[in-house]
Amino acid sequence: MNLDYLVLGAEAGHFNGGDVLATLIIFLILMVLLKKFAWGPLMGIMQQREELVAGEIEAAENARIESAKALEEQKVLLKEARTEAQAIIESAKKQGEVQRDEIITAARTEANRLKESAVREIETEKEKAIAAVRDEVVSLSVLAASKVLGKEISEEDNSALIKETIAKAGEAK
Amino acid sequence: MDHGAPELTIGFLTFNLSTVLMLVITAIIVFLIAFIATRNLKLKPTGMQNFMEWVMDFVKGIIKNNMDWKTGGRFHILGITLIMFIAVANLLGLPFSGIVIDGQLWWKSPTADPTVTLTLASMVTVLATYYGIKMRGTKHYFGTFVQPMSFLLPLKIIEEFANTLTLGLRLYGNIYAGEILLGLIAGIAGTGVLGFLGGLIPGMAWIGFSIFIGFIQAFIFTMLTMVYLSHKVSADH
Repeated sequence: MNLDYLVLGAEAGHFNGGDVLATLIIFLILMVLLKKFAWGPLMGIMQQREELVAGEIEAAENARIESAKALEEQKVLLKEARTEAQAIIESAKKQGEVQRDEIITAARTEANRLKESAVREIETEKEKAIAAVRDEVVSLSVLAASKVLGKEISEEDNSALIKETIAKAGEAK
Repeated sequence: MDHGAPELTIGFLTFNLSTVLMLVITAIIVFLIAFIATRNLKLKPTGMQNFMEWVMDFVKGIIKNNMDWKTGGRFHILGITLIMFIAVANLLGLPFSGIVIDGQLWWKSPTADPTVTLTLASMVTVLATYYGIKMRGTKHYFGTFVQPMSFLLPLKIIEEFANTLTLGLRLYGNIYAGEILLGLIAGIAGTGVLGFLGGLIPGMAWIGFSIFIGFIQAFIFTMLTMVYLSHKVSADH
């Protein structure tokens, strides 16, 4: 393999075995050095970043699932609370109605009782008054009769007597 | 263009000192770029770290296009080193192309030397064969030479050598031609004021194009390396 006539600047007619060796050795040494000092660390950091990104994505996914779960929980809780509140309002309303009915009934009963007792009292008073009037009438009649019996009197006297009696009765009253 | 090469012969090995020098410089530059870029690495990358990570992901993309990452992951470091090394090597010849000391050409792209590119290509072929046998077994490896039909055997054998040759010579040809033309344009620019003005625009255009070619060839070399590797190690070939 004589390639020297192709080489820029070469003219001799022999095979440059040394160049082959030099190329191989220099390239291989460069590759080993770069692997140790450059590509190795760089690949390491890229790997690390890949892992970090994967981890972050996973964490974000987890957080998303968790927050969705929490949201669901909160929704359920809210629903429960709302139902409970509704129930409380409902029961309070019912209780209020019951209480209202009770109060109304009690008031009505009380009113009836008061009315009845008032009627009874009025009745009693009335009877008392009638009895008193009756007594008065009796005593007046007795008085008038005694006057009539005690003295024969004229029409004028009679009328005066009546007037007197009445006046007396008024006084007596 | 007819410059000598600084050669040194030790025993039966002949070294082109210019090539060796440029290889060493390339290796140092690549190492420094990678080393400095990967100092104080952070999970939140900044500056040069971003660039190196982009290179890594780029090579990873090339590998993933050819084989699954489980088989291809082991070639990641080879791929990154190859693409960086060849890109820097290709660009290295541009700034001082054609520095001649005592009639000997010292500064050039190391990839403008077919010995270098064919060595890299051979290395790729050897690696592909090694991993093919290691991962798929000897029987499967030799079985691929008679697949899908046994009369393809000569073609398959030729293919092995053709792949190696084209892989190396494609890179070499591109860079060598680029430097020849750059040398010619520089020659025009050196002839006088008129020549300088005449050579300025084509020179700039050609340097821009050479930078582009340098990166593209580094990409193609890495890409084809992975294609050849995947041909040998993947189950579906």
